Amino acid sequence: MRKINTEKIYAAVKEMALHCCCNVDEGTLNLLQKAEEREICPAAKFALQTIIKSDLKAAEQNVPACQDTGMAVIFLDVGQDVFLEGEFVEDAINRSIMEAYEEGFFRKSVLDPLTRVNTKTNLPAVIHTSITKGDKVKVSFLAKGFGSENMSRVYMLTPSQGMEGIIDSVVETVKYAGSNPCPPVVIGVGIGGTFEKAAIMSKRALLREANSVNEDETLSQLEKTLLEKINETDVGAQGFGGNNTCLAIYAEKYPTHLAGLPLAINVQCHSVRHMTKEI
Amino acid sequence: MKKINLPLDENTIESLSAGDSVLISGQMFTSRDAGHKRLVAMIEKDEKLPIDIKGHTVYYVGPCPKKEGQVIGSCGPTTSGRCDAYTPLLLQKGLKGMVGKGWRNEKVIEEMKKQKAVYFAAVGGAGALYADCVKEAKLIAFEDLGAEALYLLTVKDFPAIVAVDSKGNSVYQK
Repeated sequence: MRKINTEKIYAAVKEMALHCCCNVDEGTLNLLQKAEEREICPAAKFALQTIIKSDLKAAEQNVPACQDTGMAVIFLDVGQDVFLEGEFVEDAINRSIMEAYEEGFFRKSVLDPLTRVNTKTNLPAVIHTSITKGDKVKVSFLAKGFGSENMSRVYMLTPSQGMEGIIDSVVETVKYAGSNPCPPVVIGVGIGGTFEKAAIMSKRALLREANSVNEDETLSQLEKTLLEKINETDVGAQGFGGNNTCLAIYAEKYPTHLAGLPLAINVQCHSVRHMTKEI
Repeated sequence: MKKINLPLDENTIESLSAGDSVLISGQMFTSRDAGHKRLVAMIEKDEKLPIDIKGHTVYYVGPCPKKEGQVIGSCGPTTSGRCDAYTPLLLQKGLKGMVGKGWRNEKVIEEMKKQKAVYFAAVGGAGALYADCVKEAKLIAFEDLGAEALYLLTVKDFPAIVAVDSKGNSVYQK
């Protein structure tokens, strides 16, 4: 049994939130630079150049890359040999988000879904907790903007639709989203499980390291096929056309019921802001 | 890149074509979902608006709070389509320019053609860069809306693309 005070989780989340909102993920920035180099459509090239310039300026000036500093999504993986002591862990996480958004001068975008009254603290965060093996705590922060979140979808496909149905649905989602999610986008795909399992997988997939290769060969192939097909849609950077609609696809799968084929597509804009720490 | 000044005059509006890249200087006011709802409610009740929108340009934005020494926090465009329901009425009242991101619906484009107005697409996610283009930000109304309050911005060399021109041509048309 290893004791971990939740103050450590608080400190880790706060540090990640303060860093991420001003520093776009380096690997993704690299993908943007490669996209800009090969882009030939003038309007799209202008958009990519403006994005890169702005991302570099944000890091240099320590200001938010995008004004939509998002709703804070936390993945908390707690080893079962860990004993958490101190403040209730969700309170500690929420406190770190509240302080980071205040001290970082980030926009507080969270409100009651019906009255639309802003909580003025960017709270609560969305926290996904899992129990894992071992005696470590792994905590990830993702600042999720809603221009892209709004374009995400869950499909309950039939088994007969199979791989073809998956490919068509993902491409359709990106095409339908058009300019709204601030392309070039990154797409998290969750295949299988249940309705909610697919959605959570698609969100967690977004945490994957840019440029990393999927260990599952079928998924790796699917990611390549999807990337190719999406980049043939001519949506392009900011919807201006060209062949840089999507920077990366990250897919996950889980066994599902013989009667179904759940598919979740989580759309992420080019402003990829996430980080993971292990305690 | 073409340099243009606000308020937009007839000649400038006429000269802009979808796909042109421009650097915008001058004054624009900020408004998005909640602010638009209020403006339209005021027009419907025949109340005086906090700003004369005739000939004016609106920027769909909800900025970050400003740090010490900053004029405004990060302030890239938000999705314009969410204001589409309110836009035709504002165009009828004389709005000439709009700055945001993403496509507009048919009703907006039809009204733009009738009223001779232009829609510019700023680059979504380039919040830090746009903050540097804002030289002055003055709170005008709706302070209670926080990030959605109505500000009058003075911008210099604000980069954008003509997304829909006054003839209804769109950069998003394929």
